[in-house]
Parts: sequence; C-alpha cells; structure tokens
Amino acid sequence: MASFSNKNGVIITLDLIDIINANKQYLSDLDGLIGDGDHGINMSKGFSKAKKLIDETQDNLSSSLKILGTILIDEIGGSMGPIYGSMFLAFARNSKKHELIDEKVFSEMINNGLEKIVSLGEAKVGDKTLVDTITPAVRAFDEVIAKGESFATALEMMKIAAEKGRDSTKDMVAKKGRASRLGERSKGVLDTGAVSCCLILTSISESMNKML
Amino acid sequence: MQRIINEPQNIVDDMIKGFSKAHSQTISTTSNPRVLKYSRAPVRGKVGIVTGGGSGHKPAFIGYIGKNLCDAVAIGEIFSSPPAKAFFHAFKAADSGKGVACLYGNYAGDNMNVKMAIEMAEDEGIEVKTVIANDDVPSAPKDQINKRRGVAGEVLMWKVGGAKATMGGSLDDVITIAQKAIDNTRSVGVGTDPCTIPEVGHPNFTIEEGKMEVGIGHHGEPGIKVVPLQTADELAQTMLDVILPDIPFNSGDEVVVLLSGLGATPVMELYILYSKVAEILNEKGINVYRSYVGDYFTSLEMGGVTLTLMKLDSELKECIDMPCESMGLTQL
Repeated sequence: MASFSNKNGVIITLDLIDIINANKQYLSDLDGLIGDGDHGINMSKGFSKAKKLIDETQDNLSSSLKILGTILIDEIGGSMGPIYGSMFLAFARNSKKHELIDEKVFSEMINNGLEKIVSLGEAKVGDKTLVDTITPAVRAFDEVIAKGESFATALEMMKIAAEKGRDSTKDMVAKKGRASRLGERSKGVLDTGAVSCCLILTSISESMNKML
Repeated sequence: MQRIINEPQNIVDDMIKGFSKAHSQTISTTSNPRVLKYSRAPVRGKVGIVTGGGSGHKPAFIGYIGKNLCDAVAIGEIFSSPPAKAFFHAFKAADSGKGVACLYGNYAGDNMNVKMAIEMAEDEGIEVKTVIANDDVPSAPKDQINKRRGVAGEVLMWKVGGAKATMGGSLDDVITIAQKAIDNTRSVGVGTDPCTIPEVGHPNFTIEEGKMEVGIGHHGEPGIKVVPLQTADELAQTMLDVILPDIPFNSGDEVVVLLSGLGATPVMELYILYSKVAEILNEKGINVYRSYVGDYFTSLEMGGVTLTLMKLDSELKECIDMPCESMGLTQL
C-alpha cells in the first residue's frame, strides 16, 4: 500500500493555502457576479493567518489542518468559515492517529469531511454549492480504490471528478446560500464555493501525488 | 463614493473602537474583539438576548445593545456572518443562568455559525434557543415562508423579546413571543442606488438611473421587479400592495409601522413617504398604534427604504410600549 508520512504532509496544507491566496481576486470577482464579491477576500484572510501559525510551529498534516480549520471557524465566519473549517477539522481528526497516510485513512478523512459539510449546510447535489464538487470527488476516490487501483490513480480521478462537479454548477439554479435569492438569474455562472473547493481538492490531489 | 475611513480591511474593527468609545456608558467590550455587550450584562435573573450579523447595517446590530433590548451582539465582516466563536462568546456574555434567546435573521452563514455556537454553548451548560427572522415578503413565496430573509422586522423582534425578558419571562416565554412578533411582521424593501463593500471597491449590483427595484434585499439580492422611479405617494401604494395581502392585514387591525432608510436616502424623504403610508392605512381602517421613521436598519450607502408592519395583540403591545434605551432605539 502506497502512503506518505503525516509529518511530511504539512506541505499539503501549505500548498492549498498558497493556491487559495493566489486566487483571492479571481474568487472575489467570480463571487461578485452572483454574490457579495467577498469570497476570496474572506477566505484569504483566514488562510493567510493559518499560514503564519503553521510556519511558526513544527507541524504535521493533521495539526496544520487543525490550525487552519480552527482559524476559519473561530475568526472568519460568513458561510465559508464554518463549512471549510468543519471540513479541515474532520480531515485533521481522521488522520491524527496515523503516522502514515494511505488510501484508507484518506478515504476516511474526505468522507467525514463531506459528512460534516452536508450536515452543517444542509445542501444536496444539484443545489449549486461546493457539495457539487466534493460529493462526486469523494465518490470517485472510493470507487477507484474499490476497483483495486492505486492511491495515486484514485487521487487523480478524484481531481477529475471535482473539476466535472465544479463545471456542473454553471447551468444550475442556486438553491442554497445568497445566490439562491437570484433564482434563474444565478444560471450561467460557476458557484464560487464549488470553484474554491475544486482548487482545494486539486491542490491536495497534486501535492499528495508528489509524495507517493 | 468618497469615504472617510482608514484602511478598507480594518473598517469593522475601527468602527467597533469608535462605537465603544462613543457609547461607553451603555456598551462594554469583551475579551472577543468581535463581541460587544450591554454594560450591565449579564443582567441577574433575566434571560439574555443575543443577536448578530454582518456589519454595514448600522444601527443594526450593535446599536440595539442596551436597556430592555439586546444584551450582547456578535459582529461580522461587512455583510458576512460573524464566526461561530463570536456568537458563542456573545451567549456567554449575555447568560445570567436563565438561558439565552438568540434572535437573528435568516441567512445561510448566520444559520451555520449559530448552529455551531449552540453546540459550543451546550458543552458549557448554557441553554440557547433561537428565533430566525423571516419578515422580508419578496424574498420567497408564502408557501416557502421559512426561506424568507430577515430584514428591518428584526428590530421589532428584539424590542418585543427584550421587553419580555425584562418582564421576567422564561426562555420559553421570550422565544414564544419573539416568534409571535416575527410571525406577525412583514417587510418589503425598495432600492434606488447600489452600495459598495469598501474592500471590494465596486458595487456588485446596479440600479439604473431613473429606475427602482421593488423587493430588493439588504445586500442587493434581486427583488420582484424593476420599475421606473415612482413618486413617494406612488411608492407607498406599491410597497403596501406587497405587504398587506401577505398575512393579511385587515380593517380593524392595529399595527406598528417601521420605515427605515437603507443608508443614502435622506430621512426627510422617509417622512414624505410615511405620510402617504399612514394615509393609505387610515383609509383601509388599519390603525397605526406606533410608528418608527428613520435609519433603523441600513445597508452601507444603499439608496432606498424598507417598510415594515407588525400586527399587534395586547401582549405584543405591552412589549412594544416598554421603555428602552440604546443607540439605535430609545423610547421613554
């Protein structure tokens, strides 16, 4: 079974923070089309703060994800703070007892993360939210593993499923969140949460694959 | 828009500093910089009243901290829900042991953060119950009433809930009457000009010159229709036509009217509009028991107004009549 060490995994968290910060303006502009226009700004505030703390401590994957999740929940607020905060805390909780992260541990991380997002936001696939990105991504990962494929292949397929899920939000009518007030007018634009979630899952997939 | 600010990313913190200095007799800071409380909170033997929400709505939300109103408020970024931790700390600041009524508006972020904060409070043995305001008629059809947003009707919900708490009501009493208050309250907004989140730098919705948007939300959420700019008299009729049939309000009813500017509309114009609102209500045999006209719940420099009506019974009247004291609402 392929795996990487939890200790070296801190780079995975740092990479995804960099990706979100690099896309701050893009996410805000996208959000401005059918939302408030502050998605990138608020995300970046929390992610930057977490990066500082993670840089200062000797972290592994689990503890760095815990720092990130805690800051998002405690200090960022909005909708994205609790949603991504809970997701990262679920990732942290399900990996912290493992020195080595293999496909079984990773599957538990993302399944529990998905569960937390759904129970908190009460969104379903088709509502034009980040659930449309993460649900097929998690499903794809598990299916590929069940077929006996490698951890690396499953990560690659997870990424592809996340991208497809993100793109599926374009023609949806928003049913949750602020964009849902727009009804039909929310069609034709990607959901910002689905986009940022895809950035995160893609970054995780690529960083992990480099370590396998 | 030319602004009087320092760094755009610090406007919320800078505003909190100024607010707590200006109202130091009634407002106290707490260990959480995003939570302000009534200086006497927790008030012994009284159910705590908490609210919270994004910033940019002055006097909401912190302007309603005070005597017989809210005990503590969680403060978010501009138009963005406060973190769960801030709601939790507000619960702690307000709780005297009799529990906390969290009276807030129906927005996705607030719903999630309050939900998480309640879990944190449970772990510390603080009992919290909620009422979620949904007074904004145009935000969803009547058969999906629980999807409607909360807008200026929240002020009346805090007024009623705060009064009941002072009268010695239990947590369940306060929740029941705050729910009754919002169930009997209807609002509609009209926008004439958009607003800009300073850090974003440009408006994220537009209202054309010569047009107005009926049913617009407090964050520019689209309304029912865009129409040519109406006179105040025409607009009074347009707004009442949205609100009155919804409960419905009938001849013989007694109501509270709250007419709030959205930030840029001069208070003078609110009175011009109010005159016709009162006239139409009078013609319909609806008795205005009390009226509030002014900037009670704004959206930065958005142009426009929110009209709110609450249908009264004797219990709600008693609560509306109770004196209160805060920056946003003082009643002798």
